[in-house]
Amino acid sequence: MPKIKLSQRTIETVRNICASFDNQEGELINVLHEAQHKLGYLPAEVQELVAKELNMPVAKVYGVVTFYSFFNMLPQGEFPISVCMGTACYVRGAEQILHELKRQLNIEVGQTTPDGKFSLNCLRCVGACGLAPVVMVGEKVYGRVSPQQVRKIIADYQEGLIKAEKHEM
Amino acid sequence: MADYKMHLLVCGGTGCKASESEQIKENLLAEVERNGLSGEVQVVMTGCFGFCEKGPIVKVLPDNTFYVQVKPEDAGRIVSEHALKGRPVEDLLYRDEHDLPISDSKHMEFYKKQVRIALRNCGFINPENIDEYIARDGYAALAKCLSEMTPEEVVKEIKLSGLRGRGGGGFPTGLKWEITARSVADQKYVVCNADEGDPGAFMDRSILEGDPHSVIEAMAICGYCTGSTKGLVYIRAEYPLAIQRLKTAIKQAREYGLLGQEIFGSSFSFDISLRYGAGAFVCGEETALIHSMEGLRGEPTFKPPFPSESGYLGKPTTVNNVETFASVPVIINKGASFFNNIGTEKSKGTKVFALAGKINNVGLIEVPMGTTLREVIFDIGGGIKGGKKFKAVQTGGPSGGCLTNSFLDTPIDYDNLISAGSMMGSGGMIVMDEDDCMVSIAKFYLEFTLDESCGKCTPCRIGNKRLFEILDKITKGLGTEEDLSRLRSLCKVIKDTSLCGLGQTSPNPVLSTLDNFYDEYLAHVKDHKCPAGQCKSLVRYNIDSEKCTGCTLCFRNCPVGAITGEKRSAHFIDNSICIKCGVCYDKCKFDAVSVS
Repeated sequence: MPKIKLSQRTIETVRNICASFDNQEGELINVLHEAQHKLGYLPAEVQELVAKELNMPVAKVYGVVTFYSFFNMLPQGEFPISVCMGTACYVRGAEQILHELKRQLNIEVGQTTPDGKFSLNCLRCVGACGLAPVVMVGEKVYGRVSPQQVRKIIADYQEGLIKAEKHEM
Repeated sequence: MADYKMHLLVCGGTGCKASESEQIKENLLAEVERNGLSGEVQVVMTGCFGFCEKGPIVKVLPDNTFYVQVKPEDAGRIVSEHALKGRPVEDLLYRDEHDLPISDSKHMEFYKKQVRIALRNCGFINPENIDEYIARDGYAALAKCLSEMTPEEVVKEIKLSGLRGRGGGGFPTGLKWEITARSVADQKYVVCNADEGDPGAFMDRSILEGDPHSVIEAMAICGYCTGSTKGLVYIRAEYPLAIQRLKTAIKQAREYGLLGQEIFGSSFSFDISLRYGAGAFVCGEETALIHSMEGLRGEPTFKPPFPSESGYLGKPTTVNNVETFASVPVIINKGASFFNNIGTEKSKGTKVFALAGKINNVGLIEVPMGTTLREVIFDIGGGIKGGKKFKAVQTGGPSGGCLTNSFLDTPIDYDNLISAGSMMGSGGMIVMDEDDCMVSIAKFYLEFTLDESCGKCTPCRIGNKRLFEILDKITKGLGTEEDLSRLRSLCKVIKDTSLCGLGQTSPNPVLSTLDNFYDEYLAHVKDHKCPAGQCKSLVRYNIDSEKCTGCTLCFRNCPVGAITGEKRSAHFIDNSICIKCGVCYDKCKFDAVSVS
């Protein structure tokens, strides 16, 4: 992974987050949640900083980040797309939707499009099983999606009809 | 709710919100104001009504009119017709199988057989207003415990009620509380497990979104019984709405003195804070959950010691599921005998199920223990979508199994489900029809387990991987009959030797499908055929040139351009391009597309 240099502002942000949890080791997961919420993802450099602030080994921070699927170490697209792979969605054709998304975006699960616009992930059940199959773009939930609809959803975002929320980094 | 003449309740569950229920509420509010009814009609956003299939839902009180699939632009008619002129908007009413409109939800098949205890307030109150909870006996149970009962008496009442853990295991709740109460320590904890990870189960989320105070009240009662002053809710970060409502509820409870120091003037103090999960299924296991709350990787540890003796930070900890907690205030208010009169001999009370999959009425239901699968699927659930044939119902999520036709009349309770080769789990019920391939379903669950296995113990980490590989081989048509016996013996080893519940139950989907659908496995390995036509390596789509009219419908719908042909002449599928999505098969009106 290429080394990145954190801006002074990012360093401050991370330090403040750690301090707001009293730099307690036991608050690691809460710190990471907050950091990812503010920064969008958790690159190695941020993990090193968190480890330093909480006075714990980087390996332990890395161990936690990689254990939980909610944490990302790579930047997500401007519009993160998640396909629900819960059972209800699966039996109502989520696999076809995923296939169609991969084909349209020309990326695999876990990747981001070269223009940085879309990233593709699977998630396990958002609990909107009544609307299966479900696709989430950012926080917006699309229900009863058909493979034919996929193209339109992507187009809406591509044409800038829907705006993204910005992260600082 | 006293001064208003009419209440318009709008469903604010995740499903309905995704279908613009927020906008419906806004529009209703604007219409109410425009018609000068602000003092008489109240618009409330409630928790989930349960009937997600027909969402978004708007309910009108006092006459109990139930509007389904409401659109934001319908707000005007609801206010001008119903609120002003007092006549229901006919075309928004639910229609039964004979297409007759039903106005009162009490008369709908979906609600008739339900008994709501844990869900008693969902869809009735505004979850963000503590007064509405209090108006429906909220915090009365806590007051009763603190002023009239000793902790031992409360534990006795819970034991007597027969309440068992609703998260899946079914451990007697009263006994759990008693063990923590007996443990001696300077600090004890009450933990609410809201890390609902079973794909297809969303009852905990709905309770937290629709009635967060019931959980808070029960946690305080548990704290009183066990001698704990601190409560923690471990909740999935993927449930932002539930988190927000829970936070609001905790804040309100503190303001009312229902959390904090010396509650109701007693010597009992209790407060609650939140901990967030981060997407790890194994954290539903209580020891793993506790490690995660401590900021560590959520890996389980060997029991004993049980958390009731040594849990969070090494202190005695009671861990209960959301639904379990939500049932507690009712038991205290109405008495143990009210609760234990419902249900079967060993499973008392009611259970919430999330009905999903190929069923007409997807939604959240609560029925007495002992209700049969047939009643749930065909009466409440309204049968199988598209008039197809019922094939199986999967209960218990990745730890459960698939039950067939022959189990339809089995009363549902903890023990019957286990002897049928499945389990209660948290209450997800996924219905499958004739188009679902059971080998693929088993593979799907294994893939989930593989992803979620924490990797600590070998049988689960490596064993499940091998199981998955064998299943993958079978779905690709490369399996042999020996593989089937290999599957069985490997399943047994994994079950017997895994460290925690995740590994001990992960082979269940494989075993139950092997037991109930052996023929289907045989068809895959012997004839290299997938009877359901789902295993893509084993199917080919063809167009019958005799039947094809050249209507071009398949050509226009094919997402990959694999179909060629001129208008009004037979079309062809190029199988080297075809992704086997089946759209052509579904779209063809002339039955010309066949699967082989």
